[in-house]
Amino acid sequence: MAVTDARTLKITGGSGPAAHPSGDPAEAPQPSGEPEAIRRGPGVLRRLLRHRAAVLGGTIVLVIVLAALLADVIAPYDPIEGRLVDMLQPPSRTHWMGTDEQGRDIFSRIIHGSRISLQVGLVAVGISLTTGTAIGAVSAYFGGWPDLVVMRIIDILLAFPSILLAIAITAILGPSLTNAMIAVGIVGMPVYARLVRASVLSIKEQDYVQAARAAGGGNLRILLRHVLPNALAPLIVQSTLSIGTAMLDAAGLSFLGLGARPPTPEWGAMLSGAQVYIQLAPWVVTFPGLAIMLAVLGFNLLGDGLRDVLDPRLRR
Amino acid sequence: MLVVIFVLMRAIPGDPARLMLGERATPEQVEALREQMGLNKPLYMQFGAFVGGLLRGDLGTSIQSRQPVVAELMARYPATVELTIFAMLLASTLGILAGVVSAVWRNSVLDYGVMAGALVGVSMPIFWLGLVLMMVFSVQLHWFPAGGRLEARMIWDGATQFVVLESLVRGQWSTFASGLRHLVLPGVALATIPLSMIARITRSSMLEVLNLDYIRTARAKGLPGWRVNFKHALKNALLPVVTIIGLQVGLLLGGAVLTETIFSWPGIGRYIVLAIGARDYPVVQGGIALITLAMILVNLAVDVIYTLIDPRIRYQ
Repeated sequence: MAVTDARTLKITGGSGPAAHPSGDPAEAPQPSGEPEAIRRGPGVLRRLLRHRAAVLGGTIVLVIVLAALLADVIAPYDPIEGRLVDMLQPPSRTHWMGTDEQGRDIFSRIIHGSRISLQVGLVAVGISLTTGTAIGAVSAYFGGWPDLVVMRIIDILLAFPSILLAIAITAILGPSLTNAMIAVGIVGMPVYARLVRASVLSIKEQDYVQAARAAGGGNLRILLRHVLPNALAPLIVQSTLSIGTAMLDAAGLSFLGLGARPPTPEWGAMLSGAQVYIQLAPWVVTFPGLAIMLAVLGFNLLGDGLRDVLDPRLRR
Repeated sequence: MLVVIFVLMRAIPGDPARLMLGERATPEQVEALREQMGLNKPLYMQFGAFVGGLLRGDLGTSIQSRQPVVAELMARYPATVELTIFAMLLASTLGILAGVVSAVWRNSVLDYGVMAGALVGVSMPIFWLGLVLMMVFSVQLHWFPAGGRLEARMIWDGATQFVVLESLVRGQWSTFASGLRHLVLPGVALATIPLSMIARITRSSMLEVLNLDYIRTARAKGLPGWRVNFKHALKNALLPVVTIIGLQVGLLLGGAVLTETIFSWPGIGRYIVLAIGARDYPVVQGGIALITLAMILVNLAVDVIYTLIDPRIRYQ
């Protein structure tokens, strides 16, 4: 969440044709009918591969994706069933990251946890992206008083401390992993609404949109075929950055007992039960937290790299 | 904002009157209490009563403790304020210093180190960092206490709950030292993310300013480097930094929920989490309203600070 706030500022402040640094809309890049991100396709990948931070981030993300896909093959032990005789074993050759209070292998739980964390990140960002894009695009495209009202509500949601809002929403829906994903998704939505609105406001005035309208294109067709594809670049950057933030928030909710419930091998939930063993078995606390940090770091590095490549004006 | 808080809290499943009276209460007793609490009135009247009460400083009665919510919140608010101010001071001073150092020695090992640290900082789950700090500095090294506001043997008899501030003003040095020692670990955990963000923003803002002509002139005049960097450059680079610091307060108040839970800090964040679990919605509603009010006041203060930093900014 933390990451989103500052980055959102940078992105909403400069990305998208609506907010060109010079303040002169004439200087803003003029989108053609072809989506920008798609037009730059092969060049983007080449430049991304030359971006050292992005490569590091991409590698971390790739490792997590592979761990999630091959969890059943990689994990040496069952993530749920433990052997009490093996409880709180320190890291060793048989248990690389030691065992927890129920004798479960922490390495196996972390590997299986990557599946959950990745799912949480993708689903929550999917919810934010689809709802936020729909609200922002429709609001900006049609304008008028509904736009004003919707944007004020979005501003209010943006002003709330996001974890507090997520806690309140999970409290309403009831504590579960699915509800935590929904809560994190709702909390992330306003950023997309603002981002898409800024892009759509500028794109809808372009000549090719007027031309599409003159050719008899319906509103929905114009929005989906001509306007939204040109607002893709900032959305791709924001989505990558948001996955890490969503993972962090969902882990926080699970830590507070409002997300995944034991014995689910979710990284935040693993930490929640580990607090008691801080003195006796520090490895129970260390590894799940390291996993969360690495995953978030990976997505942040990749997001930073994508931002530099897709929107060079924002390069640090 | 108030509407959002009100609607969210009314959406929490469960009947507060039934919760307050327990399982063995008769339907008549529950109905009588609902009438007494105004829960059987239409929602718009309940909202009117909520706003009216808020203006009079009356936030209702806690379902759990049966005490006025204002009194309950005010007893805990100072703890959160002290923690937030401490974290903010830590994050601002160290963050600005790190950002300046990083910008002045751009592309040096120091710069890379600071920026790598900042990137790890924003990816850090603060609840995990809190546990690690506790594990290292409290359990292993015994440098700082693991939780609470004062040593167990100390009894606080001050007029307010601002333990550190009041003991400093009254010259109670041992209490002050103990309060400060208890602030360190939760303060550092809470400050990490804002510190990293402030360092990043300060660096990019300083880099822009350091390239300007007046800085070259100042150097050409023979002014010492520190004077140019800290007096001439930093002053003009501060505006975006102040904006970020203002935004971080919301983040800190949200982060306080997790930090207070880990360090058993008797503040408002932990109280809200406990109240959500107990469906004590007058407390949750009042707590969030109070945090929101604090955020509005901080943002107002930031607007005033703008005019002090940049005299060109004038409000009508």
